[in-house]
Order: sequence, then C-alpha cells, then structure tokens
Amino acid sequence: MSRLPSGGLIDRSQPLSFRFDGRTLRGFQGDTLASALLANDVRLVARSFKYHRPRGILTAGSEEPNALMQLGQGDQTTPNVRATTQELFDGLIAASQNRYPSLRFDLLGINDLLSPFFSAGFYYKTFMWPKSFWEKLYEPLIRRAAGLGMLSGKADTARYEKAFAHCDLLVIGAGPAGLMAALTAGQAGLDVILADEDFALGGRLIAETLEVDGMPGRDWVKRTSATLLAMPNVRLMPRTTITGAYDGGTYGALQRVSHHLAEVPQDAPLETFWRIVARRTILAAGAIERPIAFPNNDRPGIMMASAVRSYANRFAVAPGQRVTVFTNNDDGHRTALDLTAQGITVAAVIDTRDGITSSGDYPVIAGAQVTGTRGRQGLSGITVQTASGSRSIETDCLAVSGGWNPTVHLTCHMNGRPVWREDIAAFVPREGAVPNLHVAGAARGEFTTHGALTGGLDAARAVLSELGVTSPAIDVPRAEDSPVRLAPFWHVEGGKGRSWLDFQNDVTTKDVKLAHRENFRSVEHMKRYTTLGMATDQGKTSNMGALAIMADLTQRSIPDTGTTIFRPPYTPVALGTLGAGGAGKGFAPERLLPSDAMAREMGAKMYELGLWYRPGMFPKPGETHWRQTCDREMQMVRTAVGITDVTPLGKIALQGPDVPTLLDRVYANTFSTLAVGRVRYGIMLREDGMVLDDGTTARLSETEYVLTTTGGAAGLVFNHLDFCTQVLWPDLDVQYASETDQWAQFSIAGPKARELVNALCAEDITNETFPYMACGTVSIGAVKARLFRISFSGEHGYEIAVPARYGDSLARELGRRAEALGGGWYGLEALNALRIEKGLLTHAELDGHVTADDLGLGGMVSSKKDCIGKTLSQRPAMIGAGREQLVGLIPVSPLTQFSAGAYIFNKGAAPTLENNQGHVTSHCHSPTLGHLIAMAMLKDGRSRIGEQVVIRDHTRNIEAVCEVCTTVHLDPEGAKLRG
Amino acid sequence: MRIPCPNCGDRDSREFHYRGSAELFHRPAGDAGQPAFVEYVYFRDNPAGRHRDLWLHETGCRSWIVVERDTATHEILSTALAADVARGAQ
Repeated sequence: MSRLPSGGLIDRSQPLSFRFDGRTLRGFQGDTLASALLANDVRLVARSFKYHRPRGILTAGSEEPNALMQLGQGDQTTPNVRATTQELFDGLIAASQNRYPSLRFDLLGINDLLSPFFSAGFYYKTFMWPKSFWEKLYEPLIRRAAGLGMLSGKADTARYEKAFAHCDLLVIGAGPAGLMAALTAGQAGLDVILADEDFALGGRLIAETLEVDGMPGRDWVKRTSATLLAMPNVRLMPRTTITGAYDGGTYGALQRVSHHLAEVPQDAPLETFWRIVARRTILAAGAIERPIAFPNNDRPGIMMASAVRSYANRFAVAPGQRVTVFTNNDDGHRTALDLTAQGITVAAVIDTRDGITSSGDYPVIAGAQVTGTRGRQGLSGITVQTASGSRSIETDCLAVSGGWNPTVHLTCHMNGRPVWREDIAAFVPREGAVPNLHVAGAARGEFTTHGALTGGLDAARAVLSELGVTSPAIDVPRAEDSPVRLAPFWHVEGGKGRSWLDFQNDVTTKDVKLAHRENFRSVEHMKRYTTLGMATDQGKTSNMGALAIMADLTQRSIPDTGTTIFRPPYTPVALGTLGAGGAGKGFAPERLLPSDAMAREMGAKMYELGLWYRPGMFPKPGETHWRQTCDREMQMVRTAVGITDVTPLGKIALQGPDVPTLLDRVYANTFSTLAVGRVRYGIMLREDGMVLDDGTTARLSETEYVLTTTGGAAGLVFNHLDFCTQVLWPDLDVQYASETDQWAQFSIAGPKARELVNALCAEDITNETFPYMACGTVSIGAVKARLFRISFSGEHGYEIAVPARYGDSLARELGRRAEALGGGWYGLEALNALRIEKGLLTHAELDGHVTADDLGLGGMVSSKKDCIGKTLSQRPAMIGAGREQLVGLIPVSPLTQFSAGAYIFNKGAAPTLENNQGHVTSHCHSPTLGHLIAMAMLKDGRSRIGEQVVIRDHTRNIEAVCEVCTTVHLDPEGAKLRG
Repeated sequence: MRIPCPNCGDRDSREFHYRGSAELFHRPAGDAGQPAFVEYVYFRDNPAGRHRDLWLHETGCRSWIVVERDTATHEILSTALAADVARGAQ
C-alpha cells in the first residue's frame, strides 16, 4: 500500500469501500478515485485511444487526459469520468475503458505495433480501397474500435436542473487569489458568488506545504472559508465548474450536485446547469502544469510534478517508492523537498539547466535530459543523458515539470487570443478579452503565493472602484514570493521511441513533424490534421508543447506561431444537463383541442401537427386499414354530413376605423369593400412577392372583423400585423388580438350540413338568411356563437365557433346530431383528401417559393392598390413563362402511391436536375373518383393540360407516367357550395 | 445576451424574435417602382460595428423595438419602441 501513515486532508475516521475492474479496494472520505487507486498501488488504469498503450494517472485535476473511467452500472452508468476529479464514496463502482478483454491483456494493443500505419491523418490515406468495403467493413470496424467509454444504451433516468443566478461579482476559482477577492468584495457588501470546480476550496494551497500568515496554507484556507461561509452576501459554490463566458456578463456553470453521493437524494438533481449573470467577474482559475515530451513519456508512473505533491500532501499517498524528477524550473525541486520530508526516496532530480544544485536531501543531475523509459505496464527505470554520457536510473515514479500555463481558457471564449510573456515562457490573458472580467493570480502569470493573494485583493479593489463601492481595509497575509526561475524546454531530441504530446488522442511529436512536412503548418491546420487538442481535455496538457515544436520547425517565435481558440465548455457537460427539463414531454408544450377528450374517448388516432394534437381519423370497429377509415369518412362528408375540429387555425380579432385600410394593405385582394355579414377568401404576400399565407376574413359588424390564418402560420401572420402596425403604419387606428385559443371552432360539411345547423341554432338558417360566404352571430341555447358559411371540402359547409369553454359540450352535441343524420366525425386524413379533390391549398403548396400567379390566383392581386408584396410580385420573372404552376396529376401507368416531393420529368428525358420540370406537392386516394390524384407544381403547367409526364422518387423507387389535368376534380362550378 | 425592452426592462434575448435591419422602416411608396423595392427587400449594409436592428418582444409585451447593437461585440447601446421611432421620423 502506498498510503502514508499520517497527514493529508483525508478523513481516516471514515473508511470507504469501492470496486475497480471487479476488485474491492479501500479508501477514505476526502479521496478522489485516483488518489484511492494510487494508495492501493493501482497504477495501470487505462489503455490509450488509438494505440491501446498502457496508461496511468498523469495529473490530480480536471486536465487529466488518461484516467478516464466508466462509473456506475445499468442505466446510470457514466463514461469518461476523470478519476482525478471523482470524489470517492462508499460503494463506488468503476471500470477501466477501451480494453478487451482486460487492462493487463488488451487485444487491440496490437495497434501499437502497427503504429506506422496509424500516424496523423492516416484516414486520409487508408481505407480507400476497395470502395465498397468502406460501408460494409471499414466503417463498422472503426466504429466499434473507436471511442473510449460507452453509453448504457438505456434511457437516462437521472434528474437534471437548470438554474439562474445574478450577482455583483463572480469569482472563478477559490485558491489564494479567489479567496482574497471574495473576502474583500464580501466585506465591502457586494453580492458575491465564489465558484470552484474542486469539492474542497483552497486551490494549490491545500496541495502544497506553503505557509500563509505564518500558518499552514490549509489552515488559512479553513479559516477564510469559515469567514466567507458566515457572510450572508457570499454564496460558495464548490463542485461547480464555470464552463464558458458569454455575452453580457453571462457565464455557464456546471454544478455536480450529487456525483459524490452513493444515492442521489429524492429532492436533489444529479447535476445543475447554471446561467450566472455577473456585473463583474474575477478569473482566479490558477495555472496548469505542462510536461516535457521525451521518448516513451507515457508509461504508468510518469506524472506531473505538482500532481505528485498533491497526492503526497493532500491525499497522503506516495505515488512511488523511488521517485525521480525531470524539470526545467525551480518548482520541480519543490516536489523533491516535499517527498523527502515525508520519508519518500528521491533518486534524482534531472534538471535541464546547467549549474543547478540541490536544495535538500536529494541528488541533482544538472544539464541533463531523460531520453528513455522502461516498464510497459508500469515505470521501472529511466535513461538520463548528460554531456558526459548516459546512465540508467531505477525509478517507479517520474515527476515531470515543464513550467506552468495560466488557465486562460475563459478569456478566449469571446474570440480573444492570449498574449505571450517571455519572462515566464507562457501565455497570459489579453486585457479586456472579456468585458468586465479581471484576472488575478497564477491565471495572470503571478506564480507566487504572495502574488496571488495581492492579485486577488487588487482585482477586488478594482471591481469595487468600478462599482462605486468603498474598499474595506484588508491586509495581504504574509506568504512566499520566490521568483520564477525557468529555462524553456519543450521536448527531448534524440533517444529511441515516440514522444507523446496529447495523451488522450495519442498524438506524438512525430505527428506534429509529419503535419509540418505535409504543409499543415498553421496551428489551426496542425490541430485538425493531428487531432492534437481535440479530445475532451481540449489539449490542456498538450497544446503548448505542440505549438513550441511547430514554432521551431517553422522558425518562428512562439507568439508569432499563435494559438488556436479555446471554446466552451471548459470541461465536458452532459447533454442531459444542458437540456434539463426538456426531455420527453418537457421538450414542448402540448396544445389540445377543445374536442380532445371526446376524440380520445372515441379511439381517434391522434397526430402531432406542430404543438397541436389533432385526430387523424376515427376508426370504427372492424376497420383494420387506415384507408378504410379515411375513405368512409370522406364518403360520409360527401353524402351526409361530417364534423371536424378546426380550432388551431389562427383567429385574429380586429377593431377600429382603420381596419379596412390595414386589410387592404396586408391582403393582395380587396377587403375594404367587404360588407357586414360577409366572409372573403384572401391571400397575403411577403414583401418579396411570394405568398405568405391564405385564409378568410369575416366582417361581423360595422367595426368587428375576424381574420383567419392557416394553423402553422398563425404566429407568423400575427408578428407580421404587429410589424405593419408598429413599424410601417403606426398611425393606423386599429386594435387587434389573437383569439385562436379563445374560440372553439368546428367545421360542419356535407349535403345535410344546413339541416344540422338549422336545427342546432335558434335562428332560421336558409339560403336567403345565410347565403354562401355569409357570417353572423347565432344562438345555440343560451350560448352566443359565430357562424360562417365557408367550406374547405367543396361540400355545402359551415364553421361554427363558441367560446372555448363550451367546446367540449358543443363537440359532443354536433357528433350526436351528425350521427342522427347518417354522418359523424372525421379527421385530418379525410380533411386533407377532401380538399385535394377540390384543388384547395395548404402550405404543401404555399411553401414560400410560389407566387399568386403560380397558383392560378394572379387575378386576386388587385391592380388598384398597393399592398405588401405588390410591386415585387409583378417582376417579369415572377409571372408567366417558365415558372412552375399548380396543376393536377392522375396516374396513367400503374402506381401504388404518389409521393410528395417526387420530381417531374418530360417523357424520355434523363432524370437530372437540369431536366427537372417540377414536383408533387400533395396527393391522396380519391374514393369519389376511384383512383389516386395529386397536386403538383409543373413548369408552364397551365398550358400543358392533357400532356403526359413522368414522376420519379428515387429514394422510394417510385416511377410512373401521369397525365396533367385540372386540380378541381369535383364540381368545378361549385354548385354544391352555393344554394 | 440580454435586451433592455423599453416596456419590460432587461430580458433574455430568447424572448425576442430578430427581424433584421431598421432599414425596414423605409418602405418605398406603392408607386416607387421595382428597383426601389428590390433595394428595400434585398440590399443591406453589413457593418462590423454599430447596427440598428428590429426585434419583436414576442413572448413579452409584443412591441417591435429598435435596438442599436454592436455586431462585433454584441454590446447593446440603446433601445426604443419602433412605433415611437416611426412616428418621430414622420
């Protein structure tokens, strides 16, 4: 066991039991899965992405590229969980990924031997031949081999939440800089949110043995945290990663609410996604240590030097028995000091700089490089090269330190590029890259504890000043301030074996050199060509190294070579969390008809149309095929009477002296001449001359109008009216309101429609009192209703509207009366087929690409007045020759089914885009005619009646000869409508 | 992004529907001819910087609003009710 006998921030009074790859192991409260594994001497934890090389834990933070685990079981399993950030709990179950049959013996390890074939960009050069093999063999194989973790395949039953917060100051990171900033701003009375991705506050202070104000750093953290906790105006949010910076001071944040608990509590979600709006922000996110690349630098046991300190100091785990350090800076030596203080042997500190001497009880090899390593499933030794030659050192843990990269990521989310600082050989955030965001501490390149504390205080003071609030008197606590001493060193040349840069995507220095040879030399190209930096860690430990190598190869400085852009999220966010509340029925509201309950009782088959649920048909017992039902319902309408619910059609009530003027301006045809008690069909155009929508407008009285729209365009037309009356013609004296939901409206159609309506209403409904296209108020018992004599079926028909609360009652009454007359309810299938038989239009025809003239309605565009779209509808290319025009089609050769969207070609013409003559828009089986019919847009269609054309649907293998005909297959004079 | 609606105050941009440029105010007269309408419907200035937008507060007060916005930084400089702007211009 590698657990140290004392020390650490773990709670030894709370032992925990967990499983990894089937083995039961032990840890303590306060451990992460990674620290507990290391304590149990488990160093081999993963197999790499491409080459399936044995991998170990590299870091102690969210930048971890290797130790990705499958957590949990069943439908709650989560793939790709970083062991370094997963808090240990009792009963935790984890499994390694991407290996078969086991970590120790992985069959796909053979990929490593085939590595010359899998270098960067290999998929541009392989799997090309034979062509047919791609779909049948290569793609399925690659798909199976690719990826790391696996989804359960089951529905996710976890609960997620979304939440919103506002604050004066958001402090990102609770290390020394963040704690000072929050303390200062909190004492000044600001509303502060302090967020940290870790479950324990303190940042590096709880991983180092540094002192603050004369006490151990962790004690100062404890005291400061308690002070902050007691402040009512400060909200502490541990386990919360700020994932992205967005416009207007908005930040996304992922709060891992319950991942550290064996069971998610009843009243808590698993995760919450926050949108935090802050007047000011202080980024105190610290820095991430960067490695040095050298041959075979990816063996289990090779770790970041600061991570070795974290495991030793915070978790009381010795990551090795005989540790070596490879460094180019003073910080690496701190690891040797901390380890020897705990009684762990440090075999050597290998420092690339000349003239470096030891500062403690460990040997130093100066001016040296690591040129090789041994131990496939766990490090056993390294080869070190100096000016005088090479030697071998036995070691089971190599701590690597190449310097520190300030955590600039959030400052790049709004397209800011960081700035290079030569003195620390690192990128720092650009001033003003995110409005109202200040940076403090290591995130700004201030790498000392004193620098961080001061920086946090200064940033908070700046914020207070900006907000016009007095700063409290606060002293900066005493802390170390040792200068950064570093000599840039990115990778070792020479030695045998590949040097790894991106551990997660398995990208080596060789791949970067290959990218350069193949002329992918800009960092943007290099990134995409090699995939370096494209894994779930977004290159946190690899970008810098690759950039330095590319700079070298292209003989530019690092700042001149530039960086790629970091994008949100900073660390991965589950889609379930982003979409909290939107799964299943939560995705969209359901709009139900007033007759919905009745329809479902009758066993109607419900269809979704946008947000509405509408009956598609009302099957009767014994009907086994939908066509039986549809044909019967159509017959019922054409021979008796049918009822259908048309409530979803948009209804807009308009009042005011200028309504006729407004109608004339938005409709293509004239409405100012509409008499009281009359309804008129109209079309509206868009300003570019295309048809926007069609509908009817009724004039109920001198001043009351009702405008109807198609169901799908109701919102669109309403927005359009708002635009016209507020932007274009604000001086029109009109008022209008949407009343789509306020009125339940039913269509009553068929030869017996008048008989039904007359018996229903108190008034006498005759051809004299209520001619075709009349409208008015009627009484049904004590209820006032609106009656319109209009038809969408071609039969004698009415629409009747009552306040929606009477809808259910009226629906049932209509059903009873219709059945008594040999009729009944009909649904959308029949509704649609009936109107196709009559050549009436829906948005299948009004698809945004057609003009009034295309539809044969050119005459409706009044020549006497301006209207929206009038001028551009008259452009020469919008009218006449060469345009697709609305026609009907009937099959001539055998055809089982038309298909909407099928292309039309001349007989004998090759089916190419150039020869396209148009397409089918709507179709149905006509029981009245006994065969299939369709509506179509056909080039010059109106002059081609009687001609034969060919329809083709390549995806459904439909091909047939058709005859071009009229769209009106029944009663072209409209005799049934009138009289 | 948040838009300060003159009626409702700061609201999330998702409550609004974006129509386009405030150039839409200047609809040509009915007899102005096709070139004028082509210009009105299809041609727009596309500055990287200050721009006057037309937004509808669709799930709020349903006012059309003129928003002066920097297209490069998304900073909102001013808002006004379109109806007020339209009347002012006349």
